[in-house]
Amino acid sequence: MTWLKPSLQAVLALLLCLIAFALGAMSKPEAAALAQPTATIAYPYMGAKGLIIGLLLIAALVSMAKLTSIVEAIMLFVGAHAAAWLLIKGIAGFEGTALAPYFLLLAAAWLLAWRCVALLSALRPSQSVARNALRLVIPAIFGAWILIIWEAVTRGAGIPFILLPPPSAIGARIANSLPILGSDVRQTIFKAVLVGYVVGNLAGFIVAILADRVPFLRRGLLPIGNMVSALPIIGVAPIMVMWFGFDWPSKAAVVIIMTFFPMLVNTVAGLAASGHMERDLMRTYASGYWPTLLKLRLPAAMPFIFNALKINSTLALIGAIVAEFFGTPVVGMGFRISTEVGRMNIDMVWAEIAVAALAGSVFYGVVALVERAVTFWHPSVRGG
Amino acid sequence: MSGQSPAVVSASKLGLTFQTNDGPVQALSNVDLTIGKGEFVSFIGPSGCGKTTLLRVIADLEKPTSGTILVNGISPEQAREKRAYGYVFQAAALFPWRTIERNVALPLEIIGLSQAEQAERIKRTLELVNLSGFEKKYPWQLSGGMQQRASIARALAFDADLLLMDEPFGALDEIVRDHLNEQLLDLWDRTNKTICFVTHSIPEAVYLSTRIVVMSPRPGRVTDIIESTLPRKRPLDIRETPEFLAIAARVRDGLRAGHSYED
Ligand SMILES: Nc1ncnc2c1ncn2[C@@H]1O[C@H](COP(=O)(O)OP(=O)(O)OP(=O)(O)O)[C@@H](O)[C@H]1O
Ligand SMILES: [Mg+2]
Repeated sequence: MTWLKPSLQAVLALLLCLIAFALGAMSKPEAAALAQPTATIAYPYMGAKGLIIGLLLIAALVSMAKLTSIVEAIMLFVGAHAAAWLLIKGIAGFEGTALAPYFLLLAAAWLLAWRCVALLSALRPSQSVARNALRLVIPAIFGAWILIIWEAVTRGAGIPFILLPPPSAIGARIANSLPILGSDVRQTIFKAVLVGYVVGNLAGFIVAILADRVPFLRRGLLPIGNMVSALPIIGVAPIMVMWFGFDWPSKAAVVIIMTFFPMLVNTVAGLAASGHMERDLMRTYASGYWPTLLKLRLPAAMPFIFNALKINSTLALIGAIVAEFFGTPVVGMGFRISTEVGRMNIDMVWAEIAVAALAGSVFYGVVALVERAVTFWHPSVRGG
Repeated sequence: MSGQSPAVVSASKLGLTFQTNDGPVQALSNVDLTIGKGEFVSFIGPSGCGKTTLLRVIADLEKPTSGTILVNGISPEQAREKRAYGYVFQAAALFPWRTIERNVALPLEIIGLSQAEQAERIKRTLELVNLSGFEKKYPWQLSGGMQQRASIARALAFDADLLLMDEPFGALDEIVRDHLNEQLLDLWDRTNKTICFVTHSIPEAVYLSTRIVVMSPRPGRVTDIIESTLPRKRPLDIRETPEFLAIAARVRDGLRAGHSYED
């Protein structure tokens, strides 16, 4: 058997295919049709069942043959995804009727995709283009399978729409509600989050410099800052709504309060991060407070400051969305989530969540990119 | 001794006691020392004998707890504020976010030199320490010895009349060390700077110095001061002459005496 090199995933997938085949009917209508051969009952996978099992079997077997891993990976990729696509497409119209073989075949496809990712991550291509492509492809397959399993399970098992809509429904909702989602994003992210984030971080930074200059401020404010940055400040949201009204300024105020203290605490810690010898060096040049701050202490504090900026990018989004639960004009992501949940429009809630997740990732990603550019010299960045 | 020129450093009964958690540590006690303009003074002694501490007191990075010290006739603090000295630390202490060139420029920016003057000094001092071609590199892209040379270039670019150097060549290989020893002697000869130089190497101390201060620990103190009889101009092979070896033997005896005192 020198031409075979078995892998755990492929062997398991083969096994699952065989069990699925042995168990027979993929869905309740098919079982009914088998029970009454005379009646004409429509059931899913009339022709596709053999195709699905065949695809999976071939992919699993080829992946165990002695071939180059790139060929095997491509075979696995095609086999697993074609099978998954056929499975999901076939269940349309028969939601909630899937039987065990449906889930077994899904699991087999997933195992083959896992094997495909394992092969891909073991690849060490020499060209940097290929390396970068791999860096994208691997997480993309990973993410796709979260969606595939979510879609296949919610549809196959007929999970109630209210509990968990399939991603395709959420996607359709996003596509159909772009104007609403757009105005919500404008209201919540471009007004409340961005304004609050900029003002809150700036204020935290400036107060940190003040506290550094004025010792009594440092001793009085820092313990409070440390304490407050650990509190669930989101609780002040209703009060901010009372103070600053229903529109976005009250949400920006919540964001300012939430982002202020992490920035203050981190900047003060960062200003203390420069080494003794470096500070002695500046002393030997008779360098004043401001030159030392600008040339030594602030650059050394940058990793800390960016840490705060990243923490705050998440906090700002949470703050603005949750603050809208306590009253807004009829627009905004938090407003939409709270009202659509009341109307049982769960797909719209998920659509807002997806948009918030996307916006949050982009926000965080931009901050992280700027961080890499600014703190290129830090061992944690230059090492990687 | 150089009686005719005014003292650059004059210390009398100088003492410094660190208060630590394990009780007081006498890093310096009863140090009497006068360094005249244009002298090259080496400090040699076992680890922990207070060489760094003495240099730091001169630089106003530590305050003495007893005795008096004057630098250029004024207090070390005033001298520091007048930018009277350049200091080379035991480690390179380069800023990782600045290129080598910008690191050398750091003191020049602080004292507010023009761009042209900065560029001229950077070029000259980097050439002196053989780092031409590495201007745009970051410190972490260089070896430890190259970093130390960059920090020497930074101190030389500062161009103060008094140079305080704490084991500047400790991290370098013999050949580079010889080269920099020659360069430093040449610079000292041309510019008439006063140099205080900490080292663990007896040949290096004898080769460079007009005077060698031997120190010993617990409490840190000066046990011997040896005048060099070598001429001002010193080719590298002076190190094989009987005169040189005689001075080295005296320094070694002084160090031994300091050690045996402990036992
Ligand atoms: N900041 C400090 N706090 C407490 N003790 C200190 C401090 N700095 C130095 N000492 C102590 O003072 C003594 C002299 O230290 P110093 O650094 O001057 O020694 P050194 O001669 O430079 O030694 P080495 O050759 O190892 O550099 C040592 O015992 C050291 O532990
Ligand atoms: Mg030392």
